[in-house]
Amino acid sequence: MTTARLLWVGWLMQMKMLARSSFNTLLGIVYPLFFATVAFFMFRAGDDPKPLLYASLGAAVMGIWGATSTAAGGSLAQQRWHGTLELLVAAPAHFALILLPTTIAMATIGIYSMASTLLWGWLVFGIDVQIGDPLAFLIAVPATVISIGALGFLLAIAFVRFRQAWALGNMLEYPVWLVSGFLVPLTLFPGWVLPISWALAPTWGIDAIRGAALGGSPWEDIAMALALGAGYVAIGVLLVQRTLRAARTKGTLALS
Amino acid sequence: MGCLTRLGRVNVVEAIDLRRTYKTTTGTIRRRSLEVEAVRGVSFEIAEGELFGLLGPNGAGKTTTIKMLITLLIPTSGSARVLGHDVVQDARWVRKHIGYVFGGDRGLYERLSALDNLRYFAELYAVEPRGQRARIDELLELVGLKGREKERVEGYSRGMRQRLHIARGLLHDPPVVFLDEPTIGVDPVGARELRATIASLTAAGKTVLLTTHYMFEADALCDRIAVIANGEIVAQGTPAQLKAGVADGSVVEVELFGVEEDRVERVRTLDGVRTATLEDRDQKQLLIVQTAPGLELTHAILSQLNGASIGRVSSREPTLEDAYVQLVTSA
Repeated sequence: MTTARLLWVGWLMQMKMLARSSFNTLLGIVYPLFFATVAFFMFRAGDDPKPLLYASLGAAVMGIWGATSTAAGGSLAQQRWHGTLELLVAAPAHFALILLPTTIAMATIGIYSMASTLLWGWLVFGIDVQIGDPLAFLIAVPATVISIGALGFLLAIAFVRFRQAWALGNMLEYPVWLVSGFLVPLTLFPGWVLPISWALAPTWGIDAIRGAALGGSPWEDIAMALALGAGYVAIGVLLVQRTLRAARTKGTLALS
Repeated sequence: MGCLTRLGRVNVVEAIDLRRTYKTTTGTIRRRSLEVEAVRGVSFEIAEGELFGLLGPNGAGKTTTIKMLITLLIPTSGSARVLGHDVVQDARWVRKHIGYVFGGDRGLYERLSALDNLRYFAELYAVEPRGQRARIDELLELVGLKGREKERVEGYSRGMRQRLHIARGLLHDPPVVFLDEPTIGVDPVGARELRATIASLTAAGKTVLLTTHYMFEADALCDRIAVIANGEIVAQGTPAQLKAGVADGSVVEVELFGVEEDRVERVRTLDGVRTATLEDRDQKQLLIVQTAPGLELTHAILSQLNGASIGRVSSREPTLEDAYVQLVTSA
């Protein structure tokens, strides 16, 4: 109960902080539209509306991943700068329980990007968002958000240890959306890329969302996304104490 | 619990030969690794209910020492215990039983209200959910923020932020509180109110470690003081004991205008001069010279300043500040 409460309050406070930054909100809404526009032009061929919806959903999930990968690094750099990172580490709560809701909140705020991308596609390119299985879609979206948040959590542990690791988040933004098949089908990649794609929860998340929207069976993909998310959390929990000890030994929790 | 002091009180905080070294690099292409010794063998004890001051200039090692005690830094060598628990081996236990407050603008979530900041940290410190609101109200009352708690922290003054820091550090009612320069940058009225709050902590039975570089603050609040300079403790005792260390001399103050450091160096070489420091005061400078007892050095000092534009000259008894300057400059 205490753990659930801590996760809930942590998520809520982070959501409040993120939602109150009008600049970040604007960026989260406008920034993905450029990628979406490029994707729509790429996929606008023939009369079949399905490829456009395929691209629209891919661009939408790109927004969720982008919000998590860059914001997780940026947020921890800010927490280090504002001195709150030290206060979080100095608290008796397990650090994983503090960090996990933070990155899940970042992924959640990425839903702004998803909504703006789908709306943009509908308004400017006339893409009708017709969801084949609304129930599966309503489950696939939060499952994807949670699993992407869990991947962000794993990254954030590196951000805690290394002062400049926020750059890693920016660096990973494009490669992950590329090999997760957000815009380009995985069948186009060489065979050695596939194991990397399969190890990434966003790959299964986008498949689940597309499966629910375009027809297909999304449940296996939902289960895989959640299982991988749980795996990231388990690895993170194992790593976090060791990472914190290294940060306390090296003195990297603060700027000075 | 820690061991007993000679007066039969329990030692709540014990630092034993604490050392902390940082590795840093210089250069862009040819990088060189450097080791900086921030704390070099610091030892002290704080008894239950005591308000202990760690006094020192910027960069002396105060914050590094406090960060080792509150488990944020692992000592390079030496050890420390809080309430008998090792700060490295029992870090989680120690964290549950201490409060940490630091000075300045940092350490708060700006976009959240004071109430949300306190609610969040109440969760992190496992404050009983049913008692959280009452505890937060009690603390808001204590630090004088009642009625302003729903405003976002980004609109708070420095003094209000500092009071919120104190409330945050006390949420879980810790028996030991670490205050790292809590009045830094706060206006005189706000600082006075904060000092009253700090004094009330020991009245409530808490053990407090306060770091500061304000002499009068340490003098007014602390039962005992350790002066730290260049990572080492150079003196330890009650404010009266530290003052007694320089009480046998006297202090000559000379107002100057546009004097160079080399003339001050000449004053320092005079027989009987213990310390000579030059401080900038608005348009003028103030030369403070501590002298050995029984000597009248005013004329000798003025002759070394020959040619400089001199204002008021006065002589007075030494204060705790003079004791501090002597200790720190001779370290």
